[in-house]
Amino acid sequence: MSRYAMVIDTKKCVGCMDCVVACKTENNVPEGYNRDWIVQDVMGKFPDLHMEIRSERCNHCDEPPCVHCCPTGASHVHERGGVVLVEHNKCIGCKACLASCPYDARFIHPDGYADKCTFCIHRVEVGLLPACVSVCPTHCMYFGNLDDPASDVNKLLNSRSHHAVLPEAGTKPHIFYLT
Amino acid sequence: MTTHEITTTRMNPMIDPGMHIWGWEIPVYLFLGGLVAGFMVISGYFLFSGRFQESRHVTCFRAPLTGLILISLGMFALFLDLEHKLYAWRLYTTIKIASPMSWGAWILVLVYPAMAIMALIHLPDQKHLPIRVEFLHKLSQSLRSHEGLAKTIGAINMLGGAILGMYTGVLLSSLGARPLWSSSSLWLLFLVSGMSATAAFIHMVAPTKAERELLAKADNGFLSLELFVLALYLIGLATTSDVHADAVRLLISGTYAPVFWIFVIGVGIVIPLGIQILAVNHKVKHTSIPPLMVIAGGLILRFVIVMAGQHSHWSNAHGL
Ligand code: SF4
Ligand code: SF4
Repeated sequence: MSRYAMVIDTKKCVGCMDCVVACKTENNVPEGYNRDWIVQDVMGKFPDLHMEIRSERCNHCDEPPCVHCCPTGASHVHERGGVVLVEHNKCIGCKACLASCPYDARFIHPDGYADKCTFCIHRVEVGLLPACVSVCPTHCMYFGNLDDPASDVNKLLNSRSHHAVLPEAGTKPHIFYLT
Repeated sequence: MTTHEITTTRMNPMIDPGMHIWGWEIPVYLFLGGLVAGFMVISGYFLFSGRFQESRHVTCFRAPLTGLILISLGMFALFLDLEHKLYAWRLYTTIKIASPMSWGAWILVLVYPAMAIMALIHLPDQKHLPIRVEFLHKLSQSLRSHEGLAKTIGAINMLGGAILGMYTGVLLSSLGARPLWSSSSLWLLFLVSGMSATAAFIHMVAPTKAERELLAKADNGFLSLELFVLALYLIGLATTSDVHADAVRLLISGTYAPVFWIFVIGVGIVIPLGIQILAVNHKVKHTSIPPLMVIAGGLILRFVIVMAGQHSHWSNAHGL
């Protein structure tokens, strides 16, 4: 069994948006839409402020409400790595999955179906890394198998403090941010 | 002051800056679904109880027939909302138990034969119909002659209506990412509101005074219950967590508050309830105004809940 995850080092990310451009190019994401995006999160009390820059996308959750609510089975968990995908010709465009995602990671493609990050499964299946991970100039993104104790993602999660986004929403997200 | 500021480069249509995936179609669909659910329950009750034999062509024939038209309109509104319309048939190639939208699609299909057969039992005589279809009349007579069967059909409609009414609420409450919808009382709220709208509708068209009295009394009961369930819904959310309390503020004191208090609570429930209490106590005459207010209030309730719910979000309580 494999269980893919992404680990992103917020100490290295500079918010250059190379990952965003790489995704758009690789996946032919239509103009005006994003499968991944940059978030700048500032918190604290002036002048004692803390800033975190995150590259965000679908979290390929372990408990994906978007899959549970889909009436046609178009949204499904792929057998490889538990990646959450949408089968375009099964999708009716009801938008229940958009409403069910606490991360607002999905959108309706101009052709009418629900769309989002696929962890570049087409690349991963041939042994390549997701496009965003492969282009990051600061090497802040790591992709790997959580079920493999020797994987980079596991080693980083075991050695560094980290958090996920909105864990309280209960979907068990699979993108982790090193702090 | 502690700051928490989130800036995002994402600007996806329908998603940013605030979610707006559902327009008028879904509230209309939910409202019509609730109304039809009420038709099934009330007409089913008349059939089951054997009351008001003399006006059966209204409650047990015209009402389910109207229900069939309304549910078709509701399904058409749902169809209009779909973004990938050519694939709509995919709904009927599978049943997904975890997806209320999936079992809702199947419930809607079962509603048709249930209401059609109920209408058939009280098919009016030739003088009421422009055309006479012999075999339908024969079928109608034979159904009517089996009292037990007619009662069973009434009971099935009552049950089917209750499930349909609940489903309209469950559809939203299963989408837990929108805190305003993640309440276990939403199904009850939509069911009761659907029942009160139907009671109001039949109250307007009922041919006899006794029936109008009965439906006005029933509607008063439903409206009082609706007020109670609404309070339960708001208090339940307000006391769940920060995120849910934030969501409920949208209705109580936020952007949607004027519409919620004036049209849903005032025009839709409190004022018609007051007038109808006077009417059943014979202080004023029965008119169509309170029922029309109830029906409008039910529709606006669906609009407010659907629109405000889309705005409610887990991140909102985190400073967005
Ligand atoms: S992030 Fe959203 S779209 Fe992705 S798996 Fe989780 S719930 Fe589904
Ligand atoms: S929009 Fe498509 S993928 Fe999403 S729930 Fe509806 S049918 Fe499933």
